[in-house]
Amino acid sequence: MSTQKSTSKKTIPIVNDPAQPVTRSLYEPHQKIYPRNISGLYKNWRWVMIWITQIVFYGVPWLQWGERQAVLLDIGTHRFYIFGLVLYPQDLIYLVVILIIAALALFLFTAVAGRLWCGFACPQSVYTKIFLWVERQVEGDRAARLRLDASKLTRNKLLKKMLKHSIWISFSVWTGFTFLGYFAPIRDLMQSILQLHLSPWETFWICFYGFATYGNAGFLREQICKHMCPYARFQSAMFDNDTLIVTYDEERGEPRSGRSRKVDAKQSGLGDCIDCNFCVQVCPTGIDIRNGLQYECISCGLCVDACNSIMDKMEYPRGLIRFSTQNALTHHWSQEQVVKKVLRPRVLIYTGLLLLMSAGLVYSLVTRVPFKVDVIRDRGVMSRIVAGGKVENVYQMQITNASEQVETFKISVSGIEGLSLASAKEFTVNAAESRMVAVSLQIADGSIKSGSHPVIFEIVANGSNERLFEKSIFYMSR
Amino acid sequence: MSDFTSDFWPYFISAIVIGGIVFCLTLLLATSKSHDPAHTGESTGHVYDEDIIEMNNPMPRWWMWMFIITCVFGAIYLFLFPGLGTYTGKLGWTALKQYEQEVKETNDRIAPIYAKFTSMSGEEVAQDPKAMAIGERLFMNNCSQCHGSDAHGSRGFPNLTDTDWLHGGAHETIKETITNGRNGMMPPMAAAVGGPEDVKNVAHYVLSLSNSEHEASRAALGKEKFVACAACHGPDGKGNQAIGAPNLTDDTWLHGAGEAAIIHRINNGLNNKMPAQGSRLTPEQIHVLAAYVWRFSNAK
Repeated sequence: MSTQKSTSKKTIPIVNDPAQPVTRSLYEPHQKIYPRNISGLYKNWRWVMIWITQIVFYGVPWLQWGERQAVLLDIGTHRFYIFGLVLYPQDLIYLVVILIIAALALFLFTAVAGRLWCGFACPQSVYTKIFLWVERQVEGDRAARLRLDASKLTRNKLLKKMLKHSIWISFSVWTGFTFLGYFAPIRDLMQSILQLHLSPWETFWICFYGFATYGNAGFLREQICKHMCPYARFQSAMFDNDTLIVTYDEERGEPRSGRSRKVDAKQSGLGDCIDCNFCVQVCPTGIDIRNGLQYECISCGLCVDACNSIMDKMEYPRGLIRFSTQNALTHHWSQEQVVKKVLRPRVLIYTGLLLLMSAGLVYSLVTRVPFKVDVIRDRGVMSRIVAGGKVENVYQMQITNASEQVETFKISVSGIEGLSLASAKEFTVNAAESRMVAVSLQIADGSIKSGSHPVIFEIVANGSNERLFEKSIFYMSR
Repeated sequence: MSDFTSDFWPYFISAIVIGGIVFCLTLLLATSKSHDPAHTGESTGHVYDEDIIEMNNPMPRWWMWMFIITCVFGAIYLFLFPGLGTYTGKLGWTALKQYEQEVKETNDRIAPIYAKFTSMSGEEVAQDPKAMAIGERLFMNNCSQCHGSDAHGSRGFPNLTDTDWLHGGAHETIKETITNGRNGMMPPMAAAVGGPEDVKNVAHYVLSLSNSEHEASRAALGKEKFVACAACHGPDGKGNQAIGAPNLTDDTWLHGAGEAAIIHRINNGLNNKMPAQGSRLTPEQIHVLAAYVWRFSNAK
């Protein structure tokens, strides 16, 4: 600060005349939020979730399964490899069921404990947290960052900013690279990078996802949750009065005021809130939880940690800000009563549906036959008379071997007495390939009446001994 | 390019498209100012259903910029790509060009595979399992509709698995057949043969050639009338592959066996067509496909 002369003018604030209409823009410049660091239970849980999700995300593409990458979503050849499982476009139903399970899980968590996903597992929060950590290591905590951003550009500031952004960018590029590694074999991708001959598309996607990480976690941060995210909107709609939310116990806290630790709050008629604003400073979305539940709140619990640490210092009981429910606050329920209310019909129905869906998915994956068969009767050939006074029908059979070994398939047919297979009875299909073969059926002329007769093909895989049945029609000419 | 019925419609569409963008921008700018005295985070004083209060929570400014950028993007897009009536866009992009480009890219990618097969003889290609897998797919997708999935054919569509060839079964001949197609033409012969009785006699003679069921007396009468047929089918009825005339002495009846079918054929003639595939398949594909077909009648 420069020394001020005593002749400085005193400014008189202008008060708006309510009779004069004010014109204000409906859009505001974004106010950057500087969350303060805090330690505590929920902060630790957040870090646990970050480690779990990120070890999975960055680690999985490097796992090998035999000769190939364990998890590879190969869009070019329409094959999803997931450990021992190979999924084809025909297996879309599994993707649908997995999405339904994910949705039900989201409903369940939200009904029980609010925007838990947002606070603890959403990539947006997780990466924002990681980026904030980097920011804090380089620039210092909230107060230091505020000072740095307000100061003039010095060499020191430039160096700090450059260091922060280079760490951010390298982390983002690694994230983009990892993300692409789920769709293209990551080891080959690594080789291409090292030898500097990435294809244009690979370069584009790495840069695209890298930039998305950098922009979202570095700059947009909580604005995604506030203005863009659709989950945020419909999660808020799934709250009820028994949903666990971050609450401020107004009855206990008000009237708020700063005080010395020696003052007995009870006697002076003060509430427990000392108005230190710690809960506001740690909030990653920049709200004041003491105003009640707001749509910006992502249930991360950092203000709970902050307030508890202050309560400990003041030697007041913890829990002025705590995870609780609207009902618990209004009816003064104990923790046990809150827990009891968790098992309400809504939660039970979500849980039931979730278990049902998961069980169905597991069952169908376990009983999945690793090959697919389609039979189409030749349209060009109705039926034909062949040597030996027999009538013949021809079929095109497409056998898709969805396993990763060469497989021989045995074909037999049933449905009409005296019907026989006139073509080869066995076909070999290479691993993860599909083959169209001709199959012909014969029956003695005149042994059945003319018209269509249903027949059933049975296809058995020699290796796994699993079978499929496929219906078709045998046409008898007049 | 799009075929509009008059000059009016392209302008009509363009006006709607450009007007839409201009309207969106105008609307954005016109509504970006509020005359509400409420500050950020305060109530605007509007209350609905007794207890729902409208708060003033402005959007961040960059949100408005994104809207503007979207409009700018739209303008750039409409300059580069077709979208305004008959205007074809600066880049000259069309769906057809893109399709042709993609086909070309795919063909370039598989060219080396085919190049290997083209340098081999048909017999060698028929020994190559990879080539036969390609041939199998080509046949199933392009030939099985008429000749049947098992290539045994049906009435009017020749069986490709036997040794009885209308035009010859050498690899080169099959290639020729696939590339340019064939036209099996038999004129109505009733007039050349004589009356209905003569036609019946000739039919019985033809039946006798393959030892099918016939009346010997009629066949004997028909023998001299067969001269009219011999021009194509040969004096002994063994056919002529040079002009695709079928062999009448074997057991293969492409258009139906028996007296009635033969009489019908003599009276009405026939025009049977195998369509040319040269424009649909590349010479390299036909080379492999012909080897696949050749293999049917030349067992491994």
